[in-house]
Amino acid sequence: MARANTSKALLFGYKAYMVAFFVFLAGPLVAAGSFAFNDSLFPALPWQGFTLDWFFNDTEPKLGMFHDRRLLRGLYYSFVIALMVSVLSVGVGTTNAFLFVRREFPYKNFFYILMIVPLVIPGVILGISILVLASNIANAADDRLGIELEFLRPGIFLVVLGQFSFITTITSLVITARLRKFDMSLEEAALNLGAGRARVLRTVTLPFLRPAMIASGIVAFLVSFENFNTTLFLVGSESPLTITMYDRMAKVGSTPVLNAVSFFLMVGSGLLALISVAVQRPQPSE
Amino acid sequence: MSSDAKRLSLILLFSPFALWITLLIMLPHIGIVALSLREKVAPRVYEFGFGNYIDFINEPIYWNTLLRTGSMSLLVTVLALIIGFPIAYYIAKVAGKRSRGALFLMCLIPLWVSDLIRAFGWILLLRETGVISSVLIWSGMTEQGIEFLYNDVAVVVGLVYTVILFMIVPLVSTLDGMGDDMIEAGYNLGGGNLTVLRRIIIPYAMPGIVAGCIVVFMLTAGSYLTPILLGGKNSSWFTEQIYDQFITRFNWESGAAFGFLLLAFTSFVVWLGLRLSGQSLANTVAKT
Repeated sequence: MARANTSKALLFGYKAYMVAFFVFLAGPLVAAGSFAFNDSLFPALPWQGFTLDWFFNDTEPKLGMFHDRRLLRGLYYSFVIALMVSVLSVGVGTTNAFLFVRREFPYKNFFYILMIVPLVIPGVILGISILVLASNIANAADDRLGIELEFLRPGIFLVVLGQFSFITTITSLVITARLRKFDMSLEEAALNLGAGRARVLRTVTLPFLRPAMIASGIVAFLVSFENFNTTLFLVGSESPLTITMYDRMAKVGSTPVLNAVSFFLMVGSGLLALISVAVQRPQPSE
Repeated sequence: MSSDAKRLSLILLFSPFALWITLLIMLPHIGIVALSLREKVAPRVYEFGFGNYIDFINEPIYWNTLLRTGSMSLLVTVLALIIGFPIAYYIAKVAGKRSRGALFLMCLIPLWVSDLIRAFGWILLLRETGVISSVLIWSGMTEQGIEFLYNDVAVVVGLVYTVILFMIVPLVSTLDGMGDDMIEAGYNLGGGNLTVLRRIIIPYAMPGIVAGCIVVFMLTAGSYLTPILLGGKNSSWFTEQIYDQFITRFNWESGAAFGFLLLAFTSFVVWLGLRLSGQSLANTVAKT
C-alpha cells in the first residue's frame, strides 16, 4: 500500500493540516451565522447573551428579519427569479442533453465547446453584454417605432435571462452526463413491446433522467439565489435579496439582522444541497 | 423514423440551444465589441474609432488595474492549487471509504453559501472590532484593536477562500480515478515520496489541475464582491472599473471596451495555460 510508506509523524501532520483547513472553511460561516443570536446591536464580541430578536422582534432598533419589509421583498424576488431560472434552464438543459448525446450533426464538437463557454465568461461581462443588447433593442424600438419595450429595461426579466445564460451550461452538463449512462436496450425493449416513441420517452427515458433533472434544478435554484455579479447590472427596482443585503452592508453598515438572513440562507441552501445529493444517489434497483 | 421526421426533431432539439447561444451569448458579446469601437465626438453623436482603447493605454491607472487584477488572480490560483492539492489527495487516496464521502460533502457545503455571506463572515472576523482582534486584546497580546481588513492580504485570503472549492472538486474526481497500484509501482521501482508525486501523481492529475486552475482564475479575475468588501475603496479590481464606467459615470462605450479587455485578457491566460499544459477545454472543464 502507498500508505505504508508514509511515516506516522507525516500522517499526523497531514491530519492536522486537514483539520486546520476545515477550521479555515468553517470560520467565516460560523462567524456570519452565530452573531444572529447575539443580544447586541452590533455583530461583534463580546457575547451579550442568546436572543431570537434578530429573527422575530417587530420593533426598531432590533427589527427582526421576518418583520423587515425590504428584506422580505428581496427574499420574495430572489425566490421568483430562482424558480423561473431553474425551470427554464432544466428545460433547455434537457433538450441540450438529447441533442448532444443522441444526435449526430456537423461541427458537433465545436457546438459542444460553445455550450461550455458561458461558464467561463466572467459574470460581470455577461451582465453588461446582455444589458447593452437589451437596451439597444429597446432604444431602437423606441426611436424608430415609438414602442416602449418595458421588459427589456433592467428588471426581473433581464435578471432571469442573465442568470439563465450561464446556469444552463451547468444543467446541460449534469443532464448530459446522466443521459450518457442510459442503456439504449431499455428503449429498444419498450419499442419492441409496441410502445410509441412519445410513450417510451415519457415512461422510460424521462424517469431515468429525473434524478439528474431534479438535482440540476436545485443547483440552478441555489446558484441563481446567490448570484450577485450578473444580477448587479441587470437589476431594476425589484432587488433580489443579495442586492438588498449588499446595499445595506455598504450604506447602513452591518447589524445582526444580516447575520440572521445569512443563517437562514445557510440552513436553507444546506438543506436543498442535501436533497440534491440524496436524489442523485444511485438507487438499489439500478 | 423517416428522414424527414428525423430532420424535424433535430431542428426542434437544436433550436433552444441555438436561441440560447445566439441571443444571450454571441449577439451580446458582438454588441459589446461594437459599442467599444464607438467614439463620442459630440453629445449623441458617435463615430467609429479606437478611442476607448487608446484612452485605456494612455491612462496608467486603467492598465495597472488590469495587470494588478491579473497578477493577483494568478497568485490566488497558485495558492489555491498548493493549499487544495493535499486536501484533494487526502480525500481521494488517504481517507477511508466511509469518511471520504463525508469529507467531500464538508468541502462542498460552503459552496452553497453566497459570496456575500462568505465575505461578510470574513469582515466580522478581520475588522478592527472583529473576532480575531477582540480575541487578541482579551488574551493580552495587544492593547488596541488591529485592523486586518482593507489590505491585499485580506483580499487574497478572501479570494482563496471563495474559490478553493472549485479547485478541490475537479482534483478529487481525477485523483479518484487513479489506481493505488500506480503509486505502489512507483515506490516499488525505488521512487521516493517526491519522485512519485512529481513523476506519477501530478502527471495523472493534470486534467484536473488545469480544469481547477482555469475555473479558479476566471472566477477570481471576474470577482467583484470579495475585492470590494475586503479590500475597501482602494482595492482597485478591474471589475470595479467596469462597474464605475457603466453605472457611476454612465460611459457605456468605455465600459464596454474594459469588459472586452477583461474577457480578452482572461481568455488569453486560459489559452496560454491550456497550451503550456497540453490540455483542451473539452477534456478539462467539461468533465468537472
